[in-house]
Amino acid sequence: MDKVDKVPAIRLTGLKKRYGTGDAAVDALKGVDMTVWPGEVVGLIGPSGSGKSTLLKCLGAVIEPTGGHMELAGETIYEDGWKISDLRALRRDRIGFVFQAPYLIPFLDVTDNVALLPMLAGADNTVARQRALELLNALDVAHRAGAQISQLSGGEQQRVAIARSLANHAPIILADEPTAPLDSERALTVMRILNEMAQQYQTAIIVVTHDEKIIPTFKRVYQIRDGKTHEEAGEGRPI
Amino acid sequence: MINLAARDILHGWGKFLFTGIGLGLLIGTTLTMAGVFRGMVDDAQVLIDNSGADLWVVQQGTLGPYAEPSSIRDDVWRGIAGLPGVAETGNAAYLTIQMAHAGRESRVMIVGMDVDRPGRPGAPGYLTAGRPILHGHYEAIADERTGLQLGERVRLRRHEYTVVGLTRRMVSSSGDPMIFVSLKDAQEIQFLKDNDALVNERARTAANPAFNRPGVPGLLEAAQASSGQSRNVNAVLVRLEPGANPDAVAGEIQRWKRLTAYTREQMEDILVAKLIATSAKQIGMFLIILAVVTAAIIAFIIYTMTMAKLREIAVLKLIGAQNRTIAMMILQQALSLGLLGFLVGRASAGLWGPAFPKYVLLLPGDAIGGFMVVMVISALASVVAIRAALAIDPAEAIGG
Ligand SMILES: Nc1ncnc2c1ncn2[C@@H]1O[C@H](COP(=O)(O)OP(=O)(O)OP(=O)(O)O)[C@@H](O)[C@H]1O
Ligand SMILES: [Mg+2]
Repeated sequence: MDKVDKVPAIRLTGLKKRYGTGDAAVDALKGVDMTVWPGEVVGLIGPSGSGKSTLLKCLGAVIEPTGGHMELAGETIYEDGWKISDLRALRRDRIGFVFQAPYLIPFLDVTDNVALLPMLAGADNTVARQRALELLNALDVAHRAGAQISQLSGGEQQRVAIARSLANHAPIILADEPTAPLDSERALTVMRILNEMAQQYQTAIIVVTHDEKIIPTFKRVYQIRDGKTHEEAGEGRPI
Repeated sequence: MINLAARDILHGWGKFLFTGIGLGLLIGTTLTMAGVFRGMVDDAQVLIDNSGADLWVVQQGTLGPYAEPSSIRDDVWRGIAGLPGVAETGNAAYLTIQMAHAGRESRVMIVGMDVDRPGRPGAPGYLTAGRPILHGHYEAIADERTGLQLGERVRLRRHEYTVVGLTRRMVSSSGDPMIFVSLKDAQEIQFLKDNDALVNERARTAANPAFNRPGVPGLLEAAQASSGQSRNVNAVLVRLEPGANPDAVAGEIQRWKRLTAYTREQMEDILVAKLIATSAKQIGMFLIILAVVTAAIIAFIIYTMTMAKLREIAVLKLIGAQNRTIAMMILQQALSLGLLGFLVGRASAGLWGPAFPKYVLLLPGDAIGGFMVVMVISALASVVAIRAALAIDPAEAIGG
């Protein structure tokens, strides 16, 4: 991969997050440096309470950092405060989320759960559903397109959640323990899918995980300890 | 964009439907209460309209004949009939009694009227069957709500009457159906005592030394004979000549006859503003309480529905749904619940309304007003839920 003439999808320099104030203050992030390129799947590992979820929430513009610099696709998003006003639109258009428990909307069927994102961004219903079906097809759950969420298995729900995170062509996907509820075979399947998607759509994907089975699949891993990141080369084992 | 409110409702439609029906029964009760009030006003209006009178002449200083007792002699009409502007007069005697018919008791209002010639005010406006009263005695015209049939014989106090005619929507100010009889019959029903009462009355008079004087033969018999009958009525109804000024004629009657005369407007005021004022306040209280309960129920249900969706709402915020989208979803659900409740309520009020013993008048205007109030209540009731939903942190969707 020729990184020289590319703009990083994510660039963090000295990112800080302090929860609370005074005696109760917790410094969850003490200066995080991180660069993720388009089309790359990066692992984020570290002990419990080390700040992995906090970092993901900052990246997703869900909580506000307390210092440092954050850049998405060359655009400064945070530096002493948010640099853009509509954070919901930012999340809607540029960031896809996959969670440990795949929080899908139970009152919408599979297709509309995925199609909801393009719809929120103003896409026509037919176009949005078309896009949803393509993604469901790519993720091998198209046969469940009309099903209710409660009728899906855990693995199927996770794949629908991944389809949803891709639905707006978001250049960044943030996944917090996406394989936690899955057995090792399905966990590896999810990782394969994420890698394929990264390749296909040039998406930058950060995967937070504890999962020993999938850590060897990353080419690059960020270790987080004491609120700071340490970059390591991963095994990059093919799946 | 898909309608999130509708999708959520359809997903849990059972709960929504049953809540809507329950709410509907409550709204139906509210509409019926309003209908009961309208019915009372309408009964009063009909009572005035159907009497065919322009003026009511009653005992001086009373609010008679409907709101207060009034008693005047049954020959004062002669003096009134001669006044300028007066076209026709008629005596009217009213009394409410219990009537036993077809094995059950019901309350009816006996109306005594002049039957010597047709067209005197006080007679029922029109008949749905049968004929007017021709023979002075023991004939009756009954309102259909009494349940009496044409040709049927019914006992009113001491005598049996034959129903010769039927009429409709002739009720007293308290909603009791009317039975029309001749004035003489009505006076008899009103004042003639049964045999025991007569014996007692005579004994009382005989025991009174003022009437039973040894030196005055015949006094006791005369006193007893005169106490046995009555020459009183409750009111004289007056129909005016076209173009006559009711206030002027009323003033004339009051000046010369030591009586009180009410115009149609004043009578309406007595019946609507005075006679049913307490009932109206009573119903008003009910309406306020029911409105508050309705609001509380809608607020509670919408709040509960929203609380059950907090996680989904956090996800919606996380994936970029704007506050407007989320607020609209909750507002639309509240309005849908209100709409469903209103439709069920209007339908049930229409179903059970006729079964009420008194007239229940469901006015389209009241229904429209009620609908608006329900919608406003629904919108207001959703505010609490919307505030709770907008306060949710999208970070909650991610968890630790
Ligand atoms: N809302 C908060 N308020 C205060 N402290 C918080 C808050 N969220 C997290 N923390 C603290 O910040 C630190 C980092 O938490 P974080 O959730 O990022 O850890 P994590 O690496 O995701 O852990 P795990 O692997 O258990 O999920 C912890 O010490 C935690 O207690
Ligand atoms: Mg975590």
